[in-house]
Amino acid sequence: MATLCQGLGVVIPLSSSNSSNFRLPSRRSISAWKDGIFVVRSDARVSQVLKTGGPNHELLIPNAVATKGGSSVASTSKPGHELLLFEALREGLEEEMERDPCVCVMGEDVGHYGGSYKVTKGLATKFGDLRVLDTPIAENSFTGMGIGAAMTGLRPVVEGMNMGFLLLAFNQISNNCGMLHYTSGGQFKIPIVIRGPGGVGRQLGAEHSQRLESYFQSIPGIQMVACSTPYNAKGLMKAAIRSENPVILFEHVLLYNLKERIPDEEYVLSLEEAEMVRPGEHVTILTYSRMRYHVMQAAKTLVNKGYDPEVIDIRSLKPFDLYTIGNSVKKTHRVLIVEECMRTGGIGASLTAAITENFHDYLDAPIVCLSSQDVPTPYAGTLEEWTVVQPAQIVTAVEQLCQ
Amino acid sequence: MRFISESSKERIPCYRVLDDNGQPILGHNFVQVSEEVAIKMYTDMVTLRTMDTIFYETQRQGRISFYVTAIGEEAINIASAAALAMDDVVFPQYREAGVLLWRGFTLQEFTNQLFSNKYDNGKGRQMPAHYGSKKHNYFTVASTIATQISHAVGAAYSLKMDKKDACAVTFFGDGGSSEGDFHAALNFAAVTEAPVIFICRNNGWAISTPISDQFRSDGVVVKGQAYGVRSIRVDGNDALAIYSAVQTARQMALTEERPILIEALTYRVGHHTTSDDSTKYRPTNEIEWWRVARDPVARFRKWIESNGWWNDMAESELINNLRHKLLHTIQVAEGVEKPPLADSFTDVYDVLPSNLREQEQWLKEIVKKQPQEYPANILV
Repeated sequence: MATLCQGLGVVIPLSSSNSSNFRLPSRRSISAWKDGIFVVRSDARVSQVLKTGGPNHELLIPNAVATKGGSSVASTSKPGHELLLFEALREGLEEEMERDPCVCVMGEDVGHYGGSYKVTKGLATKFGDLRVLDTPIAENSFTGMGIGAAMTGLRPVVEGMNMGFLLLAFNQISNNCGMLHYTSGGQFKIPIVIRGPGGVGRQLGAEHSQRLESYFQSIPGIQMVACSTPYNAKGLMKAAIRSENPVILFEHVLLYNLKERIPDEEYVLSLEEAEMVRPGEHVTILTYSRMRYHVMQAAKTLVNKGYDPEVIDIRSLKPFDLYTIGNSVKKTHRVLIVEECMRTGGIGASLTAAITENFHDYLDAPIVCLSSQDVPTPYAGTLEEWTVVQPAQIVTAVEQLCQ
Repeated sequence: MRFISESSKERIPCYRVLDDNGQPILGHNFVQVSEEVAIKMYTDMVTLRTMDTIFYETQRQGRISFYVTAIGEEAINIASAAALAMDDVVFPQYREAGVLLWRGFTLQEFTNQLFSNKYDNGKGRQMPAHYGSKKHNYFTVASTIATQISHAVGAAYSLKMDKKDACAVTFFGDGGSSEGDFHAALNFAAVTEAPVIFICRNNGWAISTPISDQFRSDGVVVKGQAYGVRSIRVDGNDALAIYSAVQTARQMALTEERPILIEALTYRVGHHTTSDDSTKYRPTNEIEWWRVARDPVARFRKWIESNGWWNDMAESELINNLRHKLLHTIQVAEGVEKPPLADSFTDVYDVLPSNLREQEQWLKEIVKKQPQEYPANILV
């Protein structure tokens, strides 16, 4: 414990209303403590977590905290600025590109076209064609290019136009990106970020509605995070770029136009942390990405019916933040997982196993996992809507769980 | 209306400097090589050959699990490395140990990797012959075919962004040129004007697949023009031709900022790996003919001897020294202990995460409880 406290010497307490939430970080996070910038944790703890390689060591203490209740607006005492999620991603990317000349972008149509979801709009004009590179339609190869560039000193951000296309890059991601740091004995590192939109959209067809996090979760050597709000999108983008490990950042096609007020000051979030969306007492609902919004909608109904659900956006898909999740399970004793992955072999399946293994004694009921069905996503609007978990199903599940 | 024929009347000519007797062919230009460089090239070719022979035997004796020889391709290995600079980054397939040898990787370092002992700089994590050395700008071999071609283009892009006076070089075989990565990488290198040299060792065989089953084009060199990449076909068993071509290609790549494709025609005299017996799919007399009549080492030896730079005495001294040294390195490497258990879990990420720490702990406990079930020469 003594060493923990020494390290803590640099923690700065926030405004008094939050100091009661101050907790010592877990043993797990000691290994991540290095010199550098400040990171806001989801419960408003501020601690030094990340290592900075760049020239600016900025002190950043935003006042924005994780969202309260059902709204997606961060509460701030200082005025921030409003933007949409895809703009937040761009802002994070732009700031990192300004900070570190080694950061570059590669992908299809990311240059002057600005990316098919406009995340890279304006960057080619600002940083030049060499740093924002348009690639041919060869996902395996341009991911491979990114890996080669990363091993030689750059920090590429590879965009998959749709996450589903990265199935073509599986060979490079699994056999090279995840492995080369290990098989080379630590000689070559691969600080690459692979990002793109995935998930079920509005009638995009089965091939464009893939949930790649299921397929990638087994690959050793990579980290996976999923953003869900403009606030965490920017913070996770920056954290992913600064990480020395390969990180896959999952965005969602339907969340790009979410609006939120985010801080003006610079901030970086932790890649391994879950976000407490709504504290509660009766049941722990674990979710991520778009399903967070279905859960929050269901939560409104549940609150009216007298339930008090605790909603956690797990954010970190690999590794799971079992610390935050565990604390919640120990409090509520009931778990509901709501995911967009398919039933078989999804993130929910792994999470169920992890929670059962670690927190079995604290559970009063079996874990319930709501997922999409094991079908390719149909095109017809009504059919598509029903392959995905809807708020009504979440309400029913909570009611059954809390009987 | 005129269709372009699927093949041209004449095949692309092949650049060579030395004839089969090691004499320079009249009228063929080549980059002059000094005595010092030529001797080093020759001794390294012999070292590679001897290494391959002895390590192959070591595998057959059961002392190492696996090995890949480059017999017949020594000229490509050594002469290309000689024509490059140490700052040029190399992305190998798996039959280019000679490039690492030229750059200064010691025999003991090679042997340590083969035995996966604790001195292996890969920490015992890769198969034998999957060498990698950051110090020598030689990127760790992965078993996947042609993935390194894309890596090389990415590295060239990185070098270009940093304005470094170095290029990227990648090697692959005739089989590797069928992979998607090859085509996209060439295409993209041309579009981005990346300084990368693609060296294809067309050795006639991809395990048991002959080139007639691999592609129907005139080899690999013709594919360069399809992507807008300048290319050349070279006699891969002619060390001087390889040296000249690679050095010229390097100049072009750096000064003109363009990729170059070199197809080096050669023959895979050895088996694909120690897991293969090539006599099962090709005639023994074919192998023997290439081994003897087209031997690149003998051919180069004739040239340096005719220059008065080498003789029989030097040859026997070299061979004896090498055998003795290699047997010694093997003995030493065999006795060194294997990497500790902890090395199973490090370097997966930059920092050991909690789940791996747990898994390591669990494994340590099991080994402690039942030590008789686990090898004695691994440190827990």
